[in-house]
Amino acid sequence: MARIFAYIEHKDGLANDSAIEFLGTAKKIDPAVSPTAIVAGFGAGLDTTCNSLLNSYAEVWKVAHEALAYPNAELVRQALVAILPAGCILLVPHDHFGIDLSPGLSIDTNSAFASDVVDIEGVEGNSLKLVRQEFGGQVSAHVRCDISSGAILNIRPGAFKPQETLALNAVLVDKSAEVGTLTAKRRFVETIIADGGGVDISKEPVLVSVGRGIQEKDNLAIVQELADAMGAVVSCSRPVVDAKWLEKSRQVGSSGKTVKPKVYLACGISGSFQHLAGIKGNPFLVAINKNPKAPIFQVADVGIVDDILEFLPELTSQIRETCCVSAGK
Amino acid sequence: MEILVCARRVPDTSENEIELNNSGNDIERDDLVYSINEPDNYAVEEALQIVAREGGHVTVVTVGSEEDEEVLRREMAMGANQAVLLSDEAFNGSDGQGIATILKAYIVKNHYDLILTGVQAEDGAAQVGGMLAALLDYPYASLVNSIQVLDAKKLKVSREIEGGSKEVNEIDLPCVLSIQTGINEPRYVGMRGIRQVASVEIPTLGLGELGVDAGAVGEAAAKVKRVDYFVPVAGKGAEILQGKREEIITKLIELMKAKGGLK
Ligand SMILES: Cc1cc2nc3c(=O)[nH]c(=O)nc-3n(C[C@H](O)[C@H](O)[C@H](O)COP(=O)(O)OP(=O)(O)OC[C@H]3O[C@@H](n4cnc5c(N)ncnc54)[C@H](O)[C@@H]3O)c2cc1C
Ligand SMILES: Nc1ncnc2c1ncn2[C@@H]1O[C@H](COP(=O)(O)O)[C@@H](O)[C@H]1O
Repeated sequence: MARIFAYIEHKDGLANDSAIEFLGTAKKIDPAVSPTAIVAGFGAGLDTTCNSLLNSYAEVWKVAHEALAYPNAELVRQALVAILPAGCILLVPHDHFGIDLSPGLSIDTNSAFASDVVDIEGVEGNSLKLVRQEFGGQVSAHVRCDISSGAILNIRPGAFKPQETLALNAVLVDKSAEVGTLTAKRRFVETIIADGGGVDISKEPVLVSVGRGIQEKDNLAIVQELADAMGAVVSCSRPVVDAKWLEKSRQVGSSGKTVKPKVYLACGISGSFQHLAGIKGNPFLVAINKNPKAPIFQVADVGIVDDILEFLPELTSQIRETCCVSAGK
Repeated sequence: MEILVCARRVPDTSENEIELNNSGNDIERDDLVYSINEPDNYAVEEALQIVAREGGHVTVVTVGSEEDEEVLRREMAMGANQAVLLSDEAFNGSDGQGIATILKAYIVKNHYDLILTGVQAEDGAAQVGGMLAALLDYPYASLVNSIQVLDAKKLKVSREIEGGSKEVNEIDLPCVLSIQTGINEPRYVGMRGIRQVASVEIPTLGLGELGVDAGAVGEAAAKVKRVDYFVPVAGKGAEILQGKREEIITKLIELMKAKGGLK
């Protein structure tokens, strides 16, 4: 069976949660294989990360290189091409870094590539059977991957249960010397942190969140009126921000804000994993959607199958009549 | 600047409920509404805006069949100068590496300074752009949400990273960028515009014209194959409130009060 590697993302000396999840992923591919962690970077944070991984990974490969102080995927790719043995399986988080790194790496290593993997069904000979989702999570697909010349698998964060294995006599292998010089035609300049302007939805206890189901900018008034009646704040899914109907600071999700409300009303939101990734703290989740098969109903506590353009105004007037909060917070 | 935009026609998930067909090997495709893959449309708009500032041309290319011509025409109505269809029976069943191989064959026979793709296709894997760049040995940046032309040799691009933050990079031309939704406001395409390009000839190139190695594309070469579709068994699933709308509203208000959603 192929050797399995886990690419570890890390920051300030801390490994990303994917590190322990990948132990579970690797077990599902082959329970007999003990995966090897690969950690690239430079400086003290790199060493701290490597040492912490020695508790759970039997082998950790360290790649220290000044050019990798910032994880520019174009440079990391070159480093991996230099050290990965032929025919191996590499697990990478399916996030902005994995999306940047892995497709090209699969070409350079002549491996199969699968992305946003949510489950592994097993291996038969050279064929790895896995599960991914398509069409915004409305349907799942079984995919067969020919791993005879290796595979790069981008794994959805949170899809595999963290596995707390205890590694005994773990070894740290310094691979830095094998990397050689790294030069890229793409150079990292700076990171611009999202400005905290506007409302801070991350601290609001009650959110009325609106998605593409609202259909037109003018219809947003319906949602604002409901939020006012409830004493809540309006948040939204990405398409509403893409259309410039609401500010970016209102967006919930992996590329927006993480929120931790007590109550979350998802109105005309399908429930993509990128959106759900921003909802933490297990709120009471109400979904209102006209499609009874919308994925959001799989995760909501309470579902209402209806047209939001009709349902929300009626809900608002009912709340105004029966509740003590006056309209207009 | 000569810009190539790779685009695809996909079932529009905001217009359709995607369901399985009877045998479960595909989604039910009858009566599906198709449209251009959303980020690809943003990519075309971005290309048009760059060309408006810097000069040059925009070409739109798709690997597909005659049916896909409609998205090429739509993007020409938006303002793209040319469109090309890469089509051959031998291409059927290609995986991402196969599609990238076909696109590469077209690109090396022409000259482009900048190649844009969308971040991901509705039924795709966010892969074709990165694979294409590696095959061409061009630099690549994914999830791009702004582009600034610095000079004839390089761009400044920002990538979308977590939490709405941005990673700014300089990248040398020629390069491949995958474009994220929201980078711009794509212009509206009216019926009139579509009619104007309805009879424009769209060149179609096949395996022979492109000089693609038949062994490198199509189903036989695909390392990754979709076996079937299924609907995942839901976890506990939501409690669906039943009854008349008034009854549902009364119940919902009670629930929200109990959970602290209403004061
Ligand atoms: C790298 C990356 C990062 C991303 N980051 C984020 C993120 O941070 N946040 C985010 O939200 N998305 C993000 N996305 C986008 C995500 O994949 C989905 O496309 C998006 O979440 C869909 O938003 P939506 O549910 O509003 O729209 P859709 O998926 O189009 O769903 C609209 C829903 O409304 C329903 N509907 C339509 N009309 C009505 C009506 N009248 N009444 C009731 N229901 C109606 C439909 O049945 C449908 O379920 C990201 C994507 C990528 C590739
Ligand atoms: N058949 C195709 N023809 C042209 N471009 C494509 C094709 N498939 C994918 N692409 C491009 O690659 C991007 C990513 O697609 P994917 O890797 O399939 O998710 C899309 O947004 C398109 O820009």
